[in-house]
Amino acid sequence: MIFGRLTWDAFPWHEPIVVATFCAVVLGGAAVVAALTYFKLWGYLWKEWFTSVDHKKIGIMYMVLGLIMFLRGFADAVMMRLQQALAFNGSEGYLNAHHYDQVFTAHGVIMIFFVAMPFITGLMNYIVPLQIGARDVSFPFLNNFSFWMTTGGAVLVMASLFLGEFAQTGWLAYPPLSGIDYSPATGVDYYIWALQVAGVGTTLSGINLIATIVKMRAPGMSLMKMPVFTWTSLCANILIVASFPILTATLVLLSLDRYAGTNFFTNDFGGNPMMYVNLIWIWGHPEVYILILPLFGVFSEVTSTFSGKRLFGYTSMVYATCCIMVLSYLVWLHHFFTMGSGASVNSFFGITTMIISIPTGAKLFNWLFTMYRGRVRFELPMMWTVAFMLTFTVGGMTGVMLAVPPADFVLHNSLFLIAHFHNVIIGGVLFGLFAAINYWWPKAFGYKLNVFWGKVSFWCWQIGFWLAFTPLYIMGLMGVTRRMRVFDDPSLQIYFVIAAIGAAIVAAGIGAMLVQFAVSIWKRDELKVEGDPWDGRTLEWATSSPPPEYNFAFTPVVYDADSWADMKKNGYQRPLTGYQAIHMPSSTGTGVILAALSTLCGFALIWYIWWLAGLSFIGLVGFAIFHTFNYKRDFYIPVEDVTRTEEERTRILAAGV
Amino acid sequence: MSSATANTEPRAYHLPEEPHLHEGHSTSLGFWMYLMSDCLIFAILFATYAVLGGSFAGGPGPKDLFDLPLVAINTAMLLFSSITYGFAMLAMEKNKVSATQGWLFITLLFGGAFLFIELYEFAHLIHEGAGPQRSAFLSAFFTLVGTHGLHVTFGSIWLITLMVQVAKKGLIPANKRRLMCLSMFWHFLDVIWIGVFTFVYLMGVLR
Repeated sequence: MIFGRLTWDAFPWHEPIVVATFCAVVLGGAAVVAALTYFKLWGYLWKEWFTSVDHKKIGIMYMVLGLIMFLRGFADAVMMRLQQALAFNGSEGYLNAHHYDQVFTAHGVIMIFFVAMPFITGLMNYIVPLQIGARDVSFPFLNNFSFWMTTGGAVLVMASLFLGEFAQTGWLAYPPLSGIDYSPATGVDYYIWALQVAGVGTTLSGINLIATIVKMRAPGMSLMKMPVFTWTSLCANILIVASFPILTATLVLLSLDRYAGTNFFTNDFGGNPMMYVNLIWIWGHPEVYILILPLFGVFSEVTSTFSGKRLFGYTSMVYATCCIMVLSYLVWLHHFFTMGSGASVNSFFGITTMIISIPTGAKLFNWLFTMYRGRVRFELPMMWTVAFMLTFTVGGMTGVMLAVPPADFVLHNSLFLIAHFHNVIIGGVLFGLFAAINYWWPKAFGYKLNVFWGKVSFWCWQIGFWLAFTPLYIMGLMGVTRRMRVFDDPSLQIYFVIAAIGAAIVAAGIGAMLVQFAVSIWKRDELKVEGDPWDGRTLEWATSSPPPEYNFAFTPVVYDADSWADMKKNGYQRPLTGYQAIHMPSSTGTGVILAALSTLCGFALIWYIWWLAGLSFIGLVGFAIFHTFNYKRDFYIPVEDVTRTEEERTRILAAGV
Repeated sequence: MSSATANTEPRAYHLPEEPHLHEGHSTSLGFWMYLMSDCLIFAILFATYAVLGGSFAGGPGPKDLFDLPLVAINTAMLLFSSITYGFAMLAMEKNKVSATQGWLFITLLFGGAFLFIELYEFAHLIHEGAGPQRSAFLSAFFTLVGTHGLHVTFGSIWLITLMVQVAKKGLIPANKRRLMCLSMFWHFLDVIWIGVFTFVYLMGVLR
C-alpha cells in the first residue's frame, strides 16, 4: 500500500459540520493564498519573516500562531457549550459521541500546547533579550527552528480535522483507552506526533532562552538586578527543560505500545496504565507553572510601571518564583488522589500542594503593596492585572480545596475541577497575556492599542468568564462529571444555558479584541508613540519602538533592577555619535525545511506510510548534517546603516518633544 | 560615551566599544543543558524499568536471559571507546590533525563493536521468544537498552560527520567546539551505560 491506511474514507464525508468547516477553510485559505500572490508577498514573507532569526520577528510569529490556534480552540469550546446546553430531555444535541469526544480532546490539547505555549514563548522571545540588553538569543538559528517545529505540531492537529480523526481520549490520552486496542484509528497517533514535533521545539527554545539569560545579560546586570519578567522566564524555561523530556519519553513509550506491540501501559502482560498517568503528570504539573510563571512576571512589570514605583519586595518575588519552580515537581499525584495510593502518600501530596499557595500568596501581597500609595494609572494592562488578582485568587482557593484528598474524592473529574483550572488558566494565563499584549504592543509596533475596544473586550471577558464558569462550580459541587455529552436530569439544563450565554459573551470579548487590533492598525498614525509610552522602568523601553534589528546601538550598562528608570532619573542622554558596525546572525531557511521534514515524517507515521516516514527521516538527518557544513552564519550591519537608523530616531525624538 | 554630555553624568550607561561575544560563547552551556534533558529521558526509562522490571507475565526473567560475560565484553568496548575519545581530545589540544583523526577512527571502531554485540544480543533474545512484546519487563529492558544503543548510533553518525569536517577544514575553533560537544555526549553515554550495566544486568541477575 503506497498510502498506508490513508484512503478516500479518511475524509469525514458523513459529518456535515466538518465538511462545511472544510469548505470554509479551503475557501478562506484559497483567498489568503490568492491575496498573498496578488500582492507579491511570498518573497517578503519568506525573506523577512519565515527565515528570519531575529528574536523579535520570531516572537511575533509565535503570537500570530497562538492567536490563530486560539480561535480554533475557542470554536471547540463554543461547540461544547452549545451541545451541553441542548442535550436534555431525550435530545442528543447536535454532536454525535465520536465527534464530541474529539472536540473536548482537541480543545484541551490546542489550548495548552498550541495557544498558551506559543503565546508565552513568543512573549519571552520578544521581551527577554530586550530586557537584558542583548542583540538576539544565544542560538538564533535554533530559535527559528523551534518556532517551525511548534507550527509543525499545530499543522498536524489541524490536519486531523479533515483527514482521519483526532484523539477521543481527553487531552492527556490516558491508556488503556489510548492504547491500540481501544483507539485503533489515527486519533491518538495525531496526538502523539503533534506533541512530539512541537515538544522538540519547546525543549530547544527552553534551552535557548536559559542560555540567553545566563550568558548574554548586559554588563552590570547581576542576577538580582534582572527584571522580574526575565526572572520568571528563566524559571519557566528551567521548568521546560526539566519537564518536556519527560513528556517526550512518556509519549515514546505510548507509541511503542501502539506501534511495536510492547506492554508498558496495557492491561495484560504485566503492563501498568497508572505508570503512564504518573509519568504524564510529572510533566503535566510543572507544565501549568511553565504557563503561569512568565505571566506572574508580566503582572509584576505592569503593576510597578502603572503604579509609578519600584516593585515591592523584589527579592521575595524572586525567591517565591524559585520556590514555586521547585515545588511544582512535588505535587503531581494530586491529579489522581483517587488512584488509591493510601493515606500517607495522598497526605504528602496534599500538603505540598497547599504549600504552593504560600509563595503565590506572597506574590499577591507584593503586587498589592506595590499599588499601595502608588499613583496607579488604570490603563488597559493595569485593568487586566487587577482583574487577574481578583479572579486568580478565587481559582487559587478552589485549588486548595481540591488539594484536600477527602474533598478531592468527591470533586475528582467533576465540573468543579473544570471550573477551577479554567479559573486559573483564563484568570491567570490569558488575562496576563492580554495585559502583556496591551502593554508591549506599542513596543513591538510603535503605536498603542485602541482603548475603547480594549475596554469592551475587557468587560465582556470579565462578565462572560464568571457567567460561564460559576454554574460549573455549582454543578461540580453537586457531583456533575466532566466530558458528558447528554444529560438525564432536566434540572441541570438552566446551568448549562447560563454557561452557554457566558461563552457567548466571551465570544463577544474575543470579537472586540480582534476589532481592537484592526482599529488600532487602521488608525496607527493617530496612536503613534515613541520608545517609552508608559513611562516604563526596564531596558526594553530604552530603545525605539519598534526596536531596530540590532535592539541597542550601544550595549547598555546596568546599575539597578529598574535600569531604565535609573537611567531616566540620572539624566541619561542618548549618544548621538560614535556608532559602530554591529555583528548579527544571518537568516536561514534551514529551520523551515527541517521542521517541514519532521512534520511530514510525523504525518507518514500517523498513516502508516512507512516508505515516506523513512524517507523524510533520512532527509531530516541528512539535511541537518548538510547544514552543519555551513560555517558562515553571521554578518555585520554596516556602520552607515546603524547611523542612518539612529539619526532617523534622533529626528523623530526632536520632532516629538 | 562619546557625546559631550558624558561629563555631567556620574554613570556611564553604555559600553563605548561594541563587545564582541566570541563565537560559540553559549555552546557548552547549551549543550550541557541538552545533555541534562537527555539524561531526564533516561531517568524516565530507568524509572519505568524499576517499576515494570519485575513484571515477567509468566515469561523469562533476567536470570534466564542475560549473558553476563557477553555484556562485560560489550561494556569494555564502550569504556575503551571513551578512553580513545579522550586520546583524540588530547591530540586535538596539541593541534595534531592526523592523530586526532586516528583516535576518532579507533573510537568509531569500538563504538561499532559495541553496537554489533548489542544487536547480536537483541537478535538472540528475540530468537528465543523473549522479544519486547513478551512482557512489560522485556518492553522496559529493550526500550532502555535500545534507546542507549540508538544514542550510540547517532553519536557514530556524528563522529563520521566530524571526521569529514576536520578533514576538510582542519582543527579550526568551530570544529574543536564540535569535537568537545561530541566528547561530552560520548562520555555521557558511557555514564548512562554504567547505570544500565549495574542496574539492569548485574542487579537483574541477582534478583
